[in-house]
Amino acid sequence: MADAMAERFLRMRTVSSSSSHSPPAAPQAVSPHEARPGLLDHALHLRWTLPLLAVLAALPLVASALGEAFYVGLATRILIFALAATSLNLILGFGGMVSFGHAAFIGIGAYAVGILMQQGVVSAWIAWPAAVLASALFALVVGAISLRTRGVYFIMITLAFAQMLFYLMVSVKAWGGEDGLSLAGRSVLGGGFDLGDDTRFYYVVLVLFVLAFLVIQRLLNARFGHVLQAIRENETRMLAIGFPVYRYQLAAFTLAGGLAGLAGALLANQSSFVSPSLLQWNQSGLLMVMVILGGVGHLWGGFIGAVVFLLLEEVLAAYTIHWQFVLGAVLLLVVLAAPRGLAGLLRREPRA
Amino acid sequence: MTGVLVLEQSLNGLQFGLMLFLLAAGLTLVFGIMDMINLAHGSLYMVGAYLIATAAAATGSFWIGLAAGVVGTAVIGMLLEVTVLRRLYQRDHLSQVLGTFALLLMANEGVRMLWGAQPIALNPPDSLAGPVELLPGFFYPAYRLLIIGVGLGVALLLYVLVTRTRLGMQVRAGASNREMALAMGTNVRRLFTAVFGLGAALCAVAGGMLGPLLAVQVGMGESILILAFVVIVIGGIGSIRGALFGALLVGVVDTAGRALIPLAFGHWLGPEAASGAGPAVASMLIYLLMAAVLFWKPRGLFPAHG
Repeated sequence: MADAMAERFLRMRTVSSSSSHSPPAAPQAVSPHEARPGLLDHALHLRWTLPLLAVLAALPLVASALGEAFYVGLATRILIFALAATSLNLILGFGGMVSFGHAAFIGIGAYAVGILMQQGVVSAWIAWPAAVLASALFALVVGAISLRTRGVYFIMITLAFAQMLFYLMVSVKAWGGEDGLSLAGRSVLGGGFDLGDDTRFYYVVLVLFVLAFLVIQRLLNARFGHVLQAIRENETRMLAIGFPVYRYQLAAFTLAGGLAGLAGALLANQSSFVSPSLLQWNQSGLLMVMVILGGVGHLWGGFIGAVVFLLLEEVLAAYTIHWQFVLGAVLLLVVLAAPRGLAGLLRREPRA
Repeated sequence: MTGVLVLEQSLNGLQFGLMLFLLAAGLTLVFGIMDMINLAHGSLYMVGAYLIATAAAATGSFWIGLAAGVVGTAVIGMLLEVTVLRRLYQRDHLSQVLGTFALLLMANEGVRMLWGAQPIALNPPDSLAGPVELLPGFFYPAYRLLIIGVGLGVALLLYVLVTRTRLGMQVRAGASNREMALAMGTNVRRLFTAVFGLGAALCAVAGGMLGPLLAVQVGMGESILILAFVVIVIGGIGSIRGALFGALLVGVVDTAGRALIPLAFGHWLGPEAASGAGPAVASMLIYLLMAAVLFWKPRGLFPAHG
């Protein structure tokens, strides 16, 4: 009963393309535009996505042709942060849960790889899933407690857990304490595929990012994503029509934690170094800034934010040692001029 | 011996708590009345400390420096409110986070441009450099006593201001129900600017008083900003009383933890654990405290909104 009402509510909010009123059209002839997305749907826009993917795939070739291998490392870093920011956007933008402790999940992922390598476990097939699982588990615990609170209190309690973890890592001497942990090298994928090579590592990161992005995109357009966004819009109503709000939010929080853990594992691999500074609160703040800059609740928000922020940092740092001042000014300008983030500038209002 | 240690640590905790209160009071008012998350609050603390140190060095007097720096910071705070922050009140919290984060970056870099990356010196007045004998055989630095005195004095002043003046009445009305206060004809523009200037001045006092103890350097505002947020969340957002209570609680718990936990670790786990894990676990204490408070009282100890 409740479920039927809920279904109707969801359908009301998302103009479904498969509604019984539409005339039976030959499926092959339907262009993607005719499947009009609802308010809660987030299309991939293959028109833009495929060329972008082509550019990303060709990037190492172009960089090596120009003799600027440095850019491969930069692009890898950007993609890793894009993954982390996208995972944060899943809960912040689509779930309405402002987590100020996202760096903790990245840190756990990174430390999982570092600690396993310290113990002699170098296989990526073991270390990376372990990183994801460990982060997801921590997110499950943190979320289970934090989701009792709302608003600013939720922000602060997630921060509290991240800070506790930060100080824990500072104190454990066996894992390097304050000085951090140097990794002997990158994880081993096996099959003669050496991740130590920057270009190969870039492609692995790219593949993982694309996969994670697709998973999130599918999820957002599925029932789960619609429910999550409907909770963000009106939690009381969703509760009233019988949705287990807490369970949906916790599931999203856990998933985001796991994906952030993957980003952490990749980050540890890229720099071959893990330290408590990964877990510091300004890292969480930085991720939040990326998401807000890119576009909260926009599918591409995390990606755009990470790309723009890190590129801006790189470019400005090349011109002036006082790049932070300029960066701040640019961010301020964005806040005042683009209320919905950079992605908001691109988004056209859905045609009715 | 133990008695002296407890007394000394209590005074240290009181002193730290009162300074946290100066920061938290402004933060909680801005939060409670304007519904604004201000990450740049810690930057005002930093700017205040720099201005005071510079003015003190130029005039040769700590007191003139303090006065000039506090006034200067209040002016900067009000200018900031009029030019930028005013535009952010109507926006959601996330835009405010991004906007004030941008200000924080600019403030840090601006200070680095003007004063350089090295920490600068702020010396306490010579007359207060030595210790005072509080009890027979118990010496305590005079300057720390001054901090406690100033902290108590400012807290009292703030209390009188908030409970006995027209401005204070408007502040309280704004914190408990913003819309109603607006509807009753409060001149919000002027009130907001005044509150912001007051908050900035309090920041500068804290920066000037703590400057000689901690270093006056770029980034000094950030770690203490997080502590101030912890304080106002524990106390209940918008509540001055909550801020005072939360600040003292955090100050005492943090100081006691730093003094006692390494001792306890040394006693039970050996000196290695004491020097290594002790300080870190002590740092975790206040976050444990906050998580516990929010677990049982999800709106803080003294919720201001009805």
